[in-house]
Amino acid sequence: MLCEQVQELLPSLIDGDEHNVEALAHVETCLQCQAEAARYRKLLRAMTMLRTRYLAPNPSALAQTLAGLESELERSAVRAVLSGKRLAYAGAIGGTVATAATVAAFVARNRKRGLKLAG
Amino acid sequence: MVDERELVEAAQRGDRPAFEELVRQTFSDTYTLAYRLTGNEEDARDVAQEAYLRAWKGIGKFRGDAQFSTWMYRITANAAATFTKKRKRQRTESIDDIGEPAESRYDYQPAAMSEAADLLDRLSVAVDELPPKLRQVVVLRDVYGLGHEAIAQELDITETAAKVRLHRARHKLREVLDLPGEQRSGASAHAV
Ligand SMILES: [Zn+2]
Repeated sequence: MLCEQVQELLPSLIDGDEHNVEALAHVETCLQCQAEAARYRKLLRAMTMLRTRYLAPNPSALAQTLAGLESELERSAVRAVLSGKRLAYAGAIGGTVATAATVAAFVARNRKRGLKLAG
Repeated sequence: MVDERELVEAAQRGDRPAFEELVRQTFSDTYTLAYRLTGNEEDARDVAQEAYLRAWKGIGKFRGDAQFSTWMYRITANAAATFTKKRKRQRTESIDDIGEPAESRYDYQPAAMSEAADLLDRLSVAVDELPPKLRQVVVLRDVYGLGHEAIAQELDITETAAKVRLHRARHKLREVLDLPGEQRSGASAHAV
């Protein structure tokens, strides 16, 4: 096998994804390919370190995410009530007074409808 | 800082403040992954928010034997994949094969940098400059340690495709290790 062919396979050989016996045997005896394999190992080590290199979000990003989450959850709580499903979920959400009132109104209306249907 | 496991358990009982605390504790991590997957701040924020929304909705299905962070990585990956597809449809031209220009979002301080930190900076920029399809796979595999199966599932591609993209990405990134010293600090100046 030629060094060039082996080096094409190195990105997959390096973590055992590729079990090419011939290529592995070549690396064992070829200094040039061993050096190249070492570069890939260095690359993989460095990649692992990127995980804790946090990219600083805009200071307002967390607050925006929490606010966005809250309004989205309240919307889906109201939707759930409107569709008559997952009342327990809507109840657990809590949320603002306004939403709680909306939810209560829908629950009451549904209950009345339920009674009417029952009677 | 409250224990993550306790927060997860409380969130599973519907305790929203507990979930919000989880968001606070994991936000840097999730946001960083979202940024590495999408390549820009605005999309990263949208993806992070969508990921947390899905996490809240699915927290009941989270099993305690797994790491919450790993579970969050998978959700973020899936949210980013959905987001990227939507974005692609919105644009007339596909950005996948030409790659996006990197944004310089670090304050480079070449004089104060050690060689290792310098390598990480160049690598970070090189990851950014990869075409999105390659970038997503290599970030999830080599930075966040997800398995091929999980990656294929979350990105909705085959395992073979995931491996091919991973190896192509590694091949491109390996070139970063060769850059001569004088090009280092200006690494963001040229696109792929
Ligand atoms: Zn060789």
